[in-house]
Amino acid sequence: MKQFVLASLFAAATALPAMADYTIIAPANPGGGWDQTARTMQAVMQEEGISKSVQVQNVPGAGGTIGLAQFASQNKGNPDALIVGGYVMVGAILTNNSPVSLKDVTPIARLTGEYEAIVVPAASPIQDVAGLIEALKADPGAVSWAGGSAGGTDHIAVGLIAKAAGVDPTKINYIAYSGGGEALAAILGNQVTAGISSLGEFEAQIQAGTLRLLAVTAPERLEGVDAPTLQEAGLDVVLENWRMVAAAPGLSDEQKAKVTADIEKMAKSENWQKQLSDKGWMDTYLAGPEFEAQLEQDVTSTEAILKDIGLVK
Amino acid sequence: MSAFEFLMQGLGTAADPMMLLYALIGVTLGTAVGVLPGIGPALTVALLLPVTYRLDPAGSLIMFAGIYYGGMYGGSTTSILLNTPGESASIITALEGNKMARKGRGGPALATAAIGSFIAGLIATLLLAFLAPSIVKLALVFGPREYFALMVLAFVTVSAAFGDSALRGLTSLFLGLALACVGIDQLTGQARLSFGVPELLDGIEVTTMAVAMFAVGEALFIAGQRVQVDDEVTAVKGSIWMNRRDWARSWKPWLRGTFIGFPIGAMPAGGAEIGTFLSYATEKKLTKHPEEFGNGAIEGVAGPEAANNASAAGTLVPLLTLGLPTSATAAIMLAGFQQFGLQPGPLLFATNPTLVWGLIASLLIANAMLLVLNLPMIGLWVKLLTVPKPWLYAGILLFATLGTIGANPSAFELGMLLAFGVLGYVMRLFGYPIAPIVVGLILGPMAEQQLRRALAISQGDWTTLVQSPIAATLLGIAALALIVPLILRARGKGEVLSQLAGDED
Repeated sequence: MKQFVLASLFAAATALPAMADYTIIAPANPGGGWDQTARTMQAVMQEEGISKSVQVQNVPGAGGTIGLAQFASQNKGNPDALIVGGYVMVGAILTNNSPVSLKDVTPIARLTGEYEAIVVPAASPIQDVAGLIEALKADPGAVSWAGGSAGGTDHIAVGLIAKAAGVDPTKINYIAYSGGGEALAAILGNQVTAGISSLGEFEAQIQAGTLRLLAVTAPERLEGVDAPTLQEAGLDVVLENWRMVAAAPGLSDEQKAKVTADIEKMAKSENWQKQLSDKGWMDTYLAGPEFEAQLEQDVTSTEAILKDIGLVK
Repeated sequence: MSAFEFLMQGLGTAADPMMLLYALIGVTLGTAVGVLPGIGPALTVALLLPVTYRLDPAGSLIMFAGIYYGGMYGGSTTSILLNTPGESASIITALEGNKMARKGRGGPALATAAIGSFIAGLIATLLLAFLAPSIVKLALVFGPREYFALMVLAFVTVSAAFGDSALRGLTSLFLGLALACVGIDQLTGQARLSFGVPELLDGIEVTTMAVAMFAVGEALFIAGQRVQVDDEVTAVKGSIWMNRRDWARSWKPWLRGTFIGFPIGAMPAGGAEIGTFLSYATEKKLTKHPEEFGNGAIEGVAGPEAANNASAAGTLVPLLTLGLPTSATAAIMLAGFQQFGLQPGPLLFATNPTLVWGLIASLLIANAMLLVLNLPMIGLWVKLLTVPKPWLYAGILLFATLGTIGANPSAFELGMLLAFGVLGYVMRLFGYPIAPIVVGLILGPMAEQQLRRALAISQGDWTTLVQSPIAATLLGIAALALIVPLILRARGKGEVLSQLAGDED
């Protein structure tokens, strides 16, 4: 309670509306994908009249598990509270041994997603996935991969690639950076063999010809992207780094239906579509039982690969 | 059109009275939110970005530039006046700046910070405009081993901030390094020293630590003094403006700070703090008034403040030329740019010159506006120091708490703020310097990660650290900086040894 009073005081001090119909928790620092998703939702929901005023609150830390834990414990049965999350959370819950998991909130819908891209510097002798796999098979340690944080989507993708290629996933030489940006600098500077992150992080460099795109982790070729999928290259790996929105635990069916309807209205609006295309995000809206089934499947496969890499015991 | 013509066209657009008004609003909002301790520029920009969406592209761009520079600058004001750095890059400013403010020289301290920021911002923005593509090539040469060498150099030189006793300084530094180990190890994803407390998984927040050490520790220390000594804080002594001597002592640090801060800001993993550390160390080495360092030397404010602002402009180099946001603030700016249909990347200068030059012109205007806003405000700001002490420190505690809670809404974070505040109080009580602990917390993880990355890439071969010419040179300079003073001391034995002995008590 004390915290709430302070938080509202703070909000008032920074001239933000203290009263909000929806409060969206972005379980990350300002600037990241979840924060931007939450702030985009805020703008669209207000403009579309879905909610008069929406407040975004950042609760950063530990791959979103801090925000998730706080959200689940403080908002039981509160139909106005939302949290943004995504695939990274699935891995973080496992590696951090988080006491709160996605089962403790009410997942509403998947909103956007990005596929992973595997790149090498333009000067690299490696021309395609086959070349990369050959090098990996010859000496897994000699192939350094730069990507985002350890145990995150990028790391998981490298583990899956190694496994699919028949290389021991514990042998991969993964160099973790705090994010795709810092990793990008290392790849451009020829510090590492290959790079892996969301396609969006690399797109401008690929167009400029400073990076060579080897493959994407999509199930089929992406429009306007001149690269094969990993499946075409003979590796059975498909991975989507999705972002979702969830509601508080303990909602009644009517409450859940109302939130789902609001989110659907937002996701189907022209405003939201425009924001997605401005930001280069894919619309991968999925709700209801289909989304729940996909979530379950992702949790199972992620747990398996994290065990294979040796990050989860 | 040539680059120069584009810039002139941009400046022409930005000089419109309505645009100037937007710039003023942006700078005012940015500064106002930026002065709250614990609220760094990233959150400032995130909170205020939506305000700019309602305007046309030119207007929103200029207001946005104002918010960015305003937020960057806001932190230094509270550092100097209240000893509460709002973000890690203004920690060094608090060291000398607050000492100056207590001696009644808050006016010149704020002025040298404001003018230094302006000059650094001006030079750095021009460098950004004309040299960005070539600077970024240089920055990319820096890999893990080069960064590691840079961190070693920073460690060695920053010992200048350790105060008089090397032993106490090192104790404080190692305390900081130990605290820096807390949290998820970035390279393996495993938790260290978190004792199952989820809030500790992400490590100890530097701003929480800085605000606790500086602001809360200070407030406790003042409250702990039984006798109220009122001679300590003199609101204004002499002119609130810089005198001729201040100018003479400030201009070189401004320029040096700019040329230290800009390239480091342009490096994808440089970070604004490193530039301020190096600038402070340089000024302390070069000053003609070494006795004033630690007691309010104006060079110690002028240099780091210039370095801080220059690196803010430097951050835009990788952002604009590579589309690579190297700080949280830059990541939010990227979102802002996308709003204007501007897609940062290697092709930006070629495909979108009008918007890029518009942005650069806006930055120049915002920078000038910052000076216009802040110089007259100095008179007002120093009045803050005339507020009776109990009220002033109560206010500082309130803002420190609100800032921390606002940036990181958790009861645990608040507990950490208070616990470190008590630590800061105890350290003050026993004469341990505060800055090294924060320096250790910032530099420790950076040095560790870069070293381990370098070794991972070389598969455990340590010679990789000296195989690159840049890394070898940086390590060489660090070694010299460590050894030369030792030799000099050995030569003038008697006097120095007694001084050393004096240090140990």
